[in-house]
Amino acid sequence: MSYLKPQFKHPKLPKNKIGYTIKEYEGPLSTLCAGCGHDSISAAIVQACFEMSVEPHKVAKISGIGCSSKTPTYFLGNSHGFNSVHGRMPSVATGASMSNKDMVYFGVSGDGDSASIGMGQFVHVIRRNLNMVYIVMNNGCYGLTKGQDSATADQGSKSKAGSVNPFQAIDLASLAIELGAPFVAQSFSGDKQQLVPIIKAAMHHKGFAFINVISPCVTFNNNAGSTKSYDYVRQHIEATSTLDFVPEMPIITTKYDQGKSTKVALHDGSIIQLNKLATDWDPEDRVSVVNALQQARLKNEILTGLLYVNTEWNDLHGTLKTCKTPLNKLTEKDLCPGEEILEGINRNFR
Amino acid sequence: MSQSINDFIVRFANVNGTGSASANYLFAKAIFRMGIPVTPKNIFPSNIQGLPTWYEVRVSEKGYLGRREGIDLMVSVNPQSMAQDVKSVKSGGYFMYDSTKKLPETLVREDIHYLGVPMMEMSNQAFSDPRKRQLLKNIIYVGALAKLINLEIEEIEKLVGEQFEGKASLIEANHIALKLGMDFVEANFDFPLPFRLERKNLLKGKILIDGNTACGLGAVYGGATVMAWYPITPSTSVAEAFEHYCEEYRTDPETGEKKFAIIQAEDELAAMGMVIGSNWNGARAFTATSGPGVSLMNEFIGLAYFAEVPAVLVDVQRAGPSTGMPTRTQQPDLMLAAYASHGDTKHVLLLPSTPKECFEMTAQSFDLAERLQTPIMVMTDLDLGMNDHISEPFEWNDKRKYDRGKVLNAEELEHVGRFGRYLDVDGDGIPFRTYPGTHPTKGAFFTRGTSRDEYAAYTEDGAAYKRNMDRLMVKWKTAKKIVPSAKLYQKKNQSPYGILFFGTSTFSSEEAKDLLLQNDIVVDAIRIKAFPFGAEVLEFIKTHELVFVIEQNRDAQMRSMMMIEMETNPAKLIPVLNYDGMPITADAIKNQITIYLQQTKNLDHELSKTTV
Repeated sequence: MSYLKPQFKHPKLPKNKIGYTIKEYEGPLSTLCAGCGHDSISAAIVQACFEMSVEPHKVAKISGIGCSSKTPTYFLGNSHGFNSVHGRMPSVATGASMSNKDMVYFGVSGDGDSASIGMGQFVHVIRRNLNMVYIVMNNGCYGLTKGQDSATADQGSKSKAGSVNPFQAIDLASLAIELGAPFVAQSFSGDKQQLVPIIKAAMHHKGFAFINVISPCVTFNNNAGSTKSYDYVRQHIEATSTLDFVPEMPIITTKYDQGKSTKVALHDGSIIQLNKLATDWDPEDRVSVVNALQQARLKNEILTGLLYVNTEWNDLHGTLKTCKTPLNKLTEKDLCPGEEILEGINRNFR
Repeated sequence: MSQSINDFIVRFANVNGTGSASANYLFAKAIFRMGIPVTPKNIFPSNIQGLPTWYEVRVSEKGYLGRREGIDLMVSVNPQSMAQDVKSVKSGGYFMYDSTKKLPETLVREDIHYLGVPMMEMSNQAFSDPRKRQLLKNIIYVGALAKLINLEIEEIEKLVGEQFEGKASLIEANHIALKLGMDFVEANFDFPLPFRLERKNLLKGKILIDGNTACGLGAVYGGATVMAWYPITPSTSVAEAFEHYCEEYRTDPETGEKKFAIIQAEDELAAMGMVIGSNWNGARAFTATSGPGVSLMNEFIGLAYFAEVPAVLVDVQRAGPSTGMPTRTQQPDLMLAAYASHGDTKHVLLLPSTPKECFEMTAQSFDLAERLQTPIMVMTDLDLGMNDHISEPFEWNDKRKYDRGKVLNAEELEHVGRFGRYLDVDGDGIPFRTYPGTHPTKGAFFTRGTSRDEYAAYTEDGAAYKRNMDRLMVKWKTAKKIVPSAKLYQKKNQSPYGILFFGTSTFSSEEAKDLLLQNDIVVDAIRIKAFPFGAEVLEFIKTHELVFVIEQNRDAQMRSMMMIEMETNPAKLIPVLNYDGMPITADAIKNQITIYLQQTKNLDHELSKTTV
């Protein structure tokens, strides 16, 4: 059960460029556990959509099953949402996107949803380069069924009940890069400063944008010994960069030290400005990114930031050469070849 | 053998992957062009090259398009299956074989005629290119057949001309091969054979086409824009046909932009997920698959049922269970489809029996799916889908509008008050829906497979859950009224016995009805075209003492569905079954019904005796 939030709106709430306050981007009250990392990610999505001045109804949010997949109820209340079946969000999102290319698609998934039951669909949505934002709220456990290890739980990580995970973890960010995802970021639910600009950049990126967000489970996976606990993550996080997202070309901020900053231009002319903290890392070089991730893993560190970006690859609509008008707006006139052509087809079979 | 015109069966025994398919098709199509009803059936293995394959052509001036047993002429060009092929010729029939190699003594039967034609030898002498030798060997037997059964050579040559338009050397080679066959027959055999062809022009306007092409074309006309599918025999050619016609009629010739999207998914689960996502977002989307695919799609089908998202699925059925006989026909997915997924679910099925119905029902399925906001499954099978059938031509009325169902646009949302996605406002069990992106502040809702109230808010309130489940039954009743009605073959009942059939059992059932009549057994008939059953189906059962339910599966699944859905006495429903993977024959139906009726009579007799 989700609860409606009070409708009260402070009269002086700031408005974005299209006249909406942040209230228009919020949803009902969350029913997740108090302190759940997922709620912070929801708040970051709300903030990013507000700042991006996207029409709330021009966003669709699609999820699978699990705690993470429940969250779309709690943000963007004026957007259509689809809580589908376990591990199958990518296919539903693919279908939705094929119908209407003019919307922003948020796919929300968890580590169980993406790294186990839905691994096949995760892999193939990357392969097709669907234009969407794919967020994994990664807590290393199955929260909704009370804390079993997931496939992203680190080897040796100790659960609340005291058992040690004997299996290697699946690293979704590395995998996404390996598979050719053109936008791969990693962040921490507690780091809104970093997460909001990442989400904004992901929304503007034309093509598949993957964000793996470490999001501790306060109830089942926040104990000493867990590598996805708040304490562990805070101690082992290492950012590749600070970043800023600049939606319009002319406003290029110069507050970063130019020597360390990288600008990445997206399809629509917007700019991602990265201020590099990590040395020997180039966000447009896959080899360099894979190397940085592997180095971090050796040191038991979690590398965050925009890890990799490539704006060259065609998204699925581009590959399939679909027309400019969204397919769901086409009518009989556009779609049905009509009587006369049918008579011709009949003739071919006589 | 007595003389017969336009009533016989020719079977070709080939090795698959040797180009025999097009030669055999040429043979069948030429008969079609002579205006004589003809039914070709491919009997092929799950293999690409090297295994035996057969092509059976039934010629029936009376227009019986079902399969029949008894081969009058076997054309054997496959040494692998020759022993079996010799056996399958009926007594007094003919066996044509490639006499380049001597026929083994063991294969000589006293009661059939042998027509040895040295096809390979002639082909090798006439052509130098090895590939051509192989392909034209097949054309040689077509030429021989032309002479033997009066197949008009002009029609064959015309077809060759159409097939190889602009390739003069190929046309010429084909003509040479045809002539070789004809000349050999002229020089060596008595001709024509006692059974032969005679032009009739009975097929004015009719077309010869397979059901899968018809389904693909129906989806184009029905306005499908998204197709997601995963390759599986025997459904793959639905996707191919859809793509072919979309490329032709929905692609901008200048920009290359396409008014469609086709995705070959990673599996059937994803295919169905894409279909549901597309439909949810307001496009017409469909998938085509076979039984194993439907098994995999079960979870998603349940979601679409419960969350009330339109979806169209074409199930080209094949013999199960499991991988079963993937290249053999059956109607084994009825229960699977009708009650797909966990929990209380029921789904609308359409049951085409001809290519024309494949075209129409596929087009109509999109209207039904959007009207009813639920999955619609078009249940065809391998026999209908992959074999060519004589069909009425396809029809379309340019004035026809798609029924997009109950969808609120932005302006309507301004005036409806509080929008309830799952609120039945007018009593038909179908609520209004909205597409994503319609209105900035109204009409958004959360679609989910979990229980919710009338306003799409999550709830575990038992009363709200039950209200929703009951409304879905109201919708089911609405579905009964709008799905295609059954076809009755008589205005008034003529007999206490009825036969009930659907899909590809139709042609053989109609023929069986005539065969029974020849034995003075009168039966009434009904052909059902959809599930749920309309009132007329129950009425038919109620007004007959016995109803023979004819279907092509072991477990009499349609009969079970009738027992589940209608208040009928199961003892009245007598199963007539065929499930060996070959299309059902009229003889099989006639025999099962006759035996049943005889047994019942005998039993009655004995019973009365004992009572006395």
